[in-house]
Amino acid sequence: MTTPTSPSQNASRTVHFRVWRGNREGGAFANYPVTVSEGMVVLDCVHQIQATQAPDLACRWNCKAGKCGSCSAEINGTPRLMCMTRMDTMPPDQSVTIEPMRSFPSIRDLVTDVSWNFRVKTKIKPFKPRKPDNADGSWTMMQVDVDRVQEFRKCIECFLCQDVCHVLRDHHKHDEFIGPRFLMYTAALEMHPLDTEDRLKDLKDNDGIGYCNITKCCTKVCPEHIGITDNAIIPMKERVVDEFYDPITRLFRMFKPRN
Amino acid sequence: MTRAPLSLPQVRGFLKTERTDRWWIAPLLVLAGFGAFIIYSTWAAFQGNNFFIGGVEQPGVQQLLSPFYSPVIWDPRGVHSGHAWLGELPLWWPAWLIFSPALLILPFPGGFRFTCYYYRGAYYKAFWGDPASCAVGEPALRGTNYRGEEKFPLIFQNVHRYFLYVAIIFIGLLAWDGYQSLWHYNAAGQTEFGFSVGSIVLIANPILLGAYTFGCHCWRHLIGGKHDCLSCSKSRQSAYKQVSWLNQRHMLFAWISLFGVAFTDIYVRLCANGTLTDWRIL
Repeated sequence: MTTPTSPSQNASRTVHFRVWRGNREGGAFANYPVTVSEGMVVLDCVHQIQATQAPDLACRWNCKAGKCGSCSAEINGTPRLMCMTRMDTMPPDQSVTIEPMRSFPSIRDLVTDVSWNFRVKTKIKPFKPRKPDNADGSWTMMQVDVDRVQEFRKCIECFLCQDVCHVLRDHHKHDEFIGPRFLMYTAALEMHPLDTEDRLKDLKDNDGIGYCNITKCCTKVCPEHIGITDNAIIPMKERVVDEFYDPITRLFRMFKPRN
Repeated sequence: MTRAPLSLPQVRGFLKTERTDRWWIAPLLVLAGFGAFIIYSTWAAFQGNNFFIGGVEQPGVQQLLSPFYSPVIWDPRGVHSGHAWLGELPLWWPAWLIFSPALLILPFPGGFRFTCYYYRGAYYKAFWGDPASCAVGEPALRGTNYRGEEKFPLIFQNVHRYFLYVAIIFIGLLAWDGYQSLWHYNAAGQTEFGFSVGSIVLIANPILLGAYTFGCHCWRHLIGGKHDCLSCSKSRQSAYKQVSWLNQRHMLFAWISLFGVAFTDIYVRLCANGTLTDWRIL
């Protein structure tokens, strides 16, 4: 959304940060000036604030390489990984705002309680493979059949997609809607060539797939660039239409039972 | 699946956000582009005239038919387009009921676009503010009463595949119009081959519409996506791959074809009312 600054702007400079400080009862933005030099990312700046100005600033992080999904936050209003947001992509003449993810309850400062996600995951019917194809108990699959599923397995569970989804963020439908991360997780299981389980009724009745109105915000914020909407959610919506809404496919199914 | 007994952050007010980029440009462009098309197409559909050129009564002029009026079920009374399937408007048509050939057919391509997955996401943002953009506040009135496409009325978006079936038929009809644009009548009343700027316009139109229609998410599902085993059929695997290529460019073709079809109507209309002359190349 922003363009990199020129090399001359990469020399050390002072950037003003507005960081959300608070807990479950509430909070406010606190201002911190940070000396930024070439190559720094937002997480570096947060660490500098911790080291020099606010040692009690709470922040979750781990790999600092965009693979653990821990340092999710909202940077200038957009859900992003702090470790993958380079400072030279920030507007040079503006302050940088960092907030915790707004779709989950705050614990403290930039740390949120994302445990709801793990509880949702346990409700999804697990992988149920068909009988092994070979005598040694193994299966045979073609790569083209697992390509679609493998895209979804890039997910690092940073929950940025859950954070940006307005169904959770603005409408707080946590009890009725599992969010893009788990619609994609379900799609990975449903599309798997070995899987025999049927999750379409759950998608329609319990998981709230109909609440998704295809804003594609989840796709836009995904740090792994997974086609969440086009490749996972819409194909699942279409399978739900096949199963429950399309009278012609329902008629065909009467003559051709599912395997 | 209940959430932790902790309060969620206060929902922001309508259009409120901490985003510092120009997030409002995209929904504004959609509002302007889609709004302009709706206004123009509605106006053009109600005109009921200037929707074709060529035919026996205009020798030497290539046969061009506006896509807003194709197929022509009935011609308006006193008009002989040469394209009507059933001739002139029948006498039983009530005088009080406004008639234009376009009004009979436009609901089908209109419905296809209205229920298209790309357009849904785009106009929910631009027209509904649902949300206006990612991580931007919504009108407070929805709150937890949000229904999405889960319930009435938007649950009817699931009818999209039926509009797709009709849209595919329309691609064939418009391709036929493109072929017809290669012919004109001579003074003796016989058809002759020719090629004009209008021929290019009418041939390009179904190609662009085809690139949009056959990149549809629903078509991608029907052509192979609904199967877990793509490799079980080479033709299915190949078709899925090609449709996926178009699907990745669905937004691009949605807009190009939208403006393409409007431009085609404008071109035919300007030729028909004498503002432009369809320049014959051959």
